[in-house]
Amino acid sequence: MTMHVKESNAKNETTSMMTMIQAINNGMQTMLEQDERTIILGEDIGKNGGVFRATEGLQEKFGADRVIDTPLSEAGIIGTSIGLAVNGFKPVAEIQFLGFIYPAYEQIMTHASRIRTRTMGHFSVPMVIRAPYGAGIRAPEIHSDSTEILFTHMPGIKVVCPSDPYDAKGLLIAAMEDPDPVLVLEPMRNYRAQREEVPDGKYTVEIGKGKIVREGKDVTIIAWGAMVAVAEKAALQAEAKGIDCEIIDLRTLYPIDRDIISESVKKTTRAVIVHEAHSFGGLGNDIISIINDTSFLYLRAPIERVTGFDVPVPFFALENHYIPTPERVFEKIDKVIHF
Amino acid sequence: MELDYPMKQIINDEGFFVDSSYEKQIDEELVRMFYFNMLRIRTFDRKAINLQRQGRLGTYAPFEGQEASQVGSALALGANDWVFPTYRDHGATLTYGADMVRAFLYWNGRVEGCVPPEGKNIFPPAVPIATQLPHAAGAAWAEKRKGTKNAAIAYFGDGATSEGDFHEGLNFASVFKVPVVFFNQNNGYAISVPIEKQMNSATIAQKSVAYGIPGVRIDGNDCFAVYFETKKAFDFARSGNGPTLIEAVTWRTGAHTTADNPSNYRSEEQGRDIVDPLDRLEKFMKNYGYWNEEWITEAKEKTAKEIEAAVEEMERFPAADVNDLFDNVYAEMPTDLAEQKESYLAHLRGQ
Repeated sequence: MTMHVKESNAKNETTSMMTMIQAINNGMQTMLEQDERTIILGEDIGKNGGVFRATEGLQEKFGADRVIDTPLSEAGIIGTSIGLAVNGFKPVAEIQFLGFIYPAYEQIMTHASRIRTRTMGHFSVPMVIRAPYGAGIRAPEIHSDSTEILFTHMPGIKVVCPSDPYDAKGLLIAAMEDPDPVLVLEPMRNYRAQREEVPDGKYTVEIGKGKIVREGKDVTIIAWGAMVAVAEKAALQAEAKGIDCEIIDLRTLYPIDRDIISESVKKTTRAVIVHEAHSFGGLGNDIISIINDTSFLYLRAPIERVTGFDVPVPFFALENHYIPTPERVFEKIDKVIHF
Repeated sequence: MELDYPMKQIINDEGFFVDSSYEKQIDEELVRMFYFNMLRIRTFDRKAINLQRQGRLGTYAPFEGQEASQVGSALALGANDWVFPTYRDHGATLTYGADMVRAFLYWNGRVEGCVPPEGKNIFPPAVPIATQLPHAAGAAWAEKRKGTKNAAIAYFGDGATSEGDFHEGLNFASVFKVPVVFFNQNNGYAISVPIEKQMNSATIAQKSVAYGIPGVRIDGNDCFAVYFETKKAFDFARSGNGPTLIEAVTWRTGAHTTADNPSNYRSEEQGRDIVDPLDRLEKFMKNYGYWNEEWITEAKEKTAKEIEAAVEEMERFPAADVNDLFDNVYAEMPTDLAEQKESYLAHLRGQ
């Protein structure tokens, strides 16, 4: 078998209205069409189309050979994907929920992320791991973790986290074309939260670049994934009080876009970081350290954080108390403004 | 259950054929190839221990006693197969074509030791236990998808069978019928824990039943049994029949590593009745007229020379380059990391 890689279509004239889950499905379809090395594997992703329908219709279209229902075996999925990736394929492995990824942690921490280093580039692991994460959809317990920091702390892997349909497809394709392993964290709360125009063809969103989703001059709110929408709501509350918020959607958690953070903080002189993950050891602390290194002397108030608490993500009856709310974010905006 | 998996032998402890059906397949060339390779890796192994004791190598994991398992299996591989070794399998990888200088470098704390020669699909040694089994299944799966006849071998020990990744690797390989050979070296001990405390099953081979794949138990100190059974498993795999689990029963003569003291957990008597694989082959060669003192002397001189040269080259190898601390983590270095590197290099320059 010779494997062909079609030229990518740089121009994407046509677009369609898509939800995030449709955009993700479309991204995988695009790459299955364009790159024969692409294979999709995971639990219930073939015949069933995935528990969130992310892979709906793909097995029908591309065959059970390329869209593969695997045994219920996270370490097996990631471990065999490493072997496939080292030996010429581009696996996209779905982990059904981020809260179930831990059996595969060793495979990711010790192998996927380290093989390039350990072999001085002789072997590499161009694989993608997709994992829905986060609370807010009344899922059963353990289904709602936001443990991105376990992976951003891991040298050798990249971590992206889109918040909207366009970025979801563009980052997924960028991840699939990346020569190194990339974890794509998909906020399940956003899967069907909004529709927007998404190009039908192939395009990428650069890994390592955040974006300003709202421009403002008084305070910078830094968020990603499901927390971008929370930040936007808080910004509307602030606007009603005459406070002009700028919002950064980080999009990539590692390698992080330090410039977008420092430029914005230099402009607004205040920062509030919002993340759904636990507070202690959260990525917010790294963002504080980036501000410390790049723009500390511009600050007019201590940086504030709004995060999940240092408790296990609760059963869903209490999840709305765990997840940062626009009200909690607004309190901190108000605090940095009136410091 | 043990009765279903009798230990296969071709030659016995005294070096006589117990299965004469192989007589025709064993000729001088093959016998010499086995003896030479086993002698070569034993000399390497003993040299590595000595170098460690002299402070010229780091902690080392010896494989003495397991030479027949490692040489017999490695010689059964094809040129384009994939090898997934553990840290105790340098005997196998050296036999398959790994570079000896790099094997020494590995044990001297050098990442260069993980880089295989071009064209040799030898993975870096698995240091955590059993994690390489799913990798082997994946690489073999890739060969199957490409439509080649290449296969993979995963080396692992008896302790590895207690790990989840043992199950996940065998399960994936059997479900997708991929061309992989799971080659277990049952040396009786996982560091200090004897096999009877490791598992309640009488054999490792019988675990194959759970995956619906063939399982064979072989005398891992009989290089011929190892070689022909591994070849059989590879033929089976290359013909599209999927994986085989091989249990090669052997013995680790020495310590787990040079930092381990086996007298803490094994008595001196243990293992005394086990006939060393090289001694057994020597008996066989004498029994059947293959022993030739002149050739043996030449072989000893040749391996000693090769090993001395490799040690010299290892010790002359350029010092570890600080750039390598940073340069191979990603294909393209992230800005943050590039800044860390620059800042550290400036620090080293005294700036």
